[in-house]
This record gives sequence, structure tokens and C-alpha cells, in this order.
Amino acid sequence: MTATTGLIMLVVIIELLRRRQLREKYGALWLLVAIAVLPLAFVPTLLDGFTSVLGIASGLSLFLFLSVVFLFLVAVHLSWESSRLEEETRSLSEEIALLRADVAELQESRERVTTP
Amino acid sequence: MATDERLLTILPAWNEAESIDAVIKEIHREFPGTDILVVDDCSRDATASVARSAGAKVVRLPYNLGVGGARRLGYRYAVEHGYDIAVQMDADGQHDPRYIRDMVAALADADLVIGARFAGEGEYRVRGPRQWAMKLLSMALSSIAGTRLTDTTSGFRACRGELISFYSTNFPVEYLGDTVDTIVQAKRSGYVIKQIPVSMRPRQGGTPSASPAKAMVYLFRSGLALLLALVRR
Repeated sequence: MTATTGLIMLVVIIELLRRRQLREKYGALWLLVAIAVLPLAFVPTLLDGFTSVLGIASGLSLFLFLSVVFLFLVAVHLSWESSRLEEETRSLSEEIALLRADVAELQESRERVTTP
Repeated sequence: MATDERLLTILPAWNEAESIDAVIKEIHREFPGTDILVVDDCSRDATASVARSAGAKVVRLPYNLGVGGARRLGYRYAVEHGYDIAVQMDADGQHDPRYIRDMVAALADADLVIGARFAGEGEYRVRGPRQWAMKLLSMALSSIAGTRLTDTTSGFRACRGELISFYSTNFPVEYLGDTVDTIVQAKRSGYVIKQIPVSMRPRQGGTPSASPAKAMVYLFRSGLALLLALVRR
């Protein structure tokens, strides 16, 4: 079950990258995640060796904890990116409004010249 | 006021086609020395064309940016067209253009002049949580600014010189940023702030946004806006 889900996600990401719907920087991140996580899907006990060292009950809870932290970081990063993008589109719209006003003014003055 | 100073009155407008014509004409009548810029925040009605035929300069935003964004564009326009003094007003007719003269005169010894509604003139009153919020903001901002400010959320202001170009790139666009944040920023950058009393008129069109629930939200958001303004770089 987890293995097939993982594989499907991997395929989806590769397909998105292939169709240029996903920027490389994000695609690479998700590919790395998929590659790191896929072996776990096949052998769920893989992390158990680690956990005894760290004092955590099972590999599964370590995995869940790490994924929550990771997803939280990703969500914060995306909010940050979208704030930046909003700022960029905002200044673009300002620029457009000013340019349109300038063009209207130019057109007006040209009309005044051609039709005395 | 020296006559060679160029003055721009900035009116951010959103769906104000009903009242904008009267507002522009009144400003022209009361204070002929100013150019008027209407920043049309992507209205769905005829605001832009009404304003243009009333004799104002108009810039139209391609999509709605909110009042802070519209004001910032106004300041940017003022910088790019070399204005010395910028006055910002609301386009709904609540601000009385008779006071522009006093505000511009007060700029002689201040960089930012705020037209305050509770400083003695006029009958404008608010109650409940909204009033507490305004009180709280006034107290906090008065101590920051080092001068008594009784109406920190007033959108009736005048500023000059460097502060215009400062606002053209720094004008905060988030909720209440256009009023609270701007005072903190101006003070922090070393500008002198002053207030003069103005009276407010009832709005000419549209409905005011006031209900107890909204007022509580207002209180909360203004507290947050103030805190953020204080900790910002």
C-alpha cells in the first residue's frame, strides 16, 4: 500500500517535471524526498535501529515526527514564497498603472497636435 | 506656503463613481493650487472616467490592491512627477478639503501632518471596542511619536519632500498598515509628525462598516498591527 502510493507520487512528480509544470528547484526537493522515503515503504523496520539509539519507541513514530516537521517547514516556505510573489506582482501592477497613465497622456497630447 | 511648491492630492477610490465628481470639484474650489490624482483601485463602476472628466489625473490599477496599495501608488506617482507636497484624502467626501490649507501650512515645521477627528473640531464619535482600539493606538503612538496624536487611524494627511519618496517604496499595504504602521515608520526614520484638528462629515454615499463583532475584530487586528509595527525592522 505505502509502496504503491510512494511510487505513484514519484511518477506524478517526474511527469510534472517532464511537462515543465514544476520548477526544478521544487521538483528536485520532492524527488529527493521520494528517493529517501521509498526504501522505508518496502522495509518499514529500516529505521528501528536508529530509534533505539535516540530513545524513541519505534521507527514509525520517528518517521511521523520527521514528516510533520518537514511538511511544516515546506508550508512556511511556501507562504514566504507567496508573500514575495505578491509583492512582486504588486509592484508590477503599480508599474502598469503608471505606464498606462503616461501612455494616455502622450496620446492626448499627440491628438492635440494632429487636430488643431 | 511658497507658491512654487507643487502639490498633489491623492484620492484612492474604489467604486466611488457616485461621490467622486463632487469631491474633486470641491477640492478644486477650496484649494485651486493642487493637482488631484485619483488612484482607481480597479473599480467595477465608472469611477475612472467620472474622475477624469471632473478634471483629475487618473491611474488605474489592473487589479484590486486595497487602500494601502492605492496610496502607495499615489506616492509613487508624486515622486515620479516631482511633487513637493502630497495630501492624502478619502474619496467618499468625509474629509473636508477646507482643511487642506491648514494642513499644508502646518507642514512648515513638520514632515507629516495628520488631520485628527477627535482634537476638538466636529461631532465625529465612535463607541465601544472600536473606541478602545482607537484610544489604545493613540496612546501607544503618541508616546512613540513624542507628540500628542489623538486620531492615528485618520486617512487625512499631508506630507512633504523626502517622506513622499520614503512612502513611495515603503508604504505598508497590510490591514491598518496604511495608518498605524506609517506613523511608526515615519517616526523611526526621523521625520517630525504633527496633528491638526479637522472636523469630519458624514459620508456622502455607501455604508459605514460597523457592528459589535466587527469592532472586536478591529480591536484585535489593530493591536496586532501595532505590535508588528513596533517589532519590524
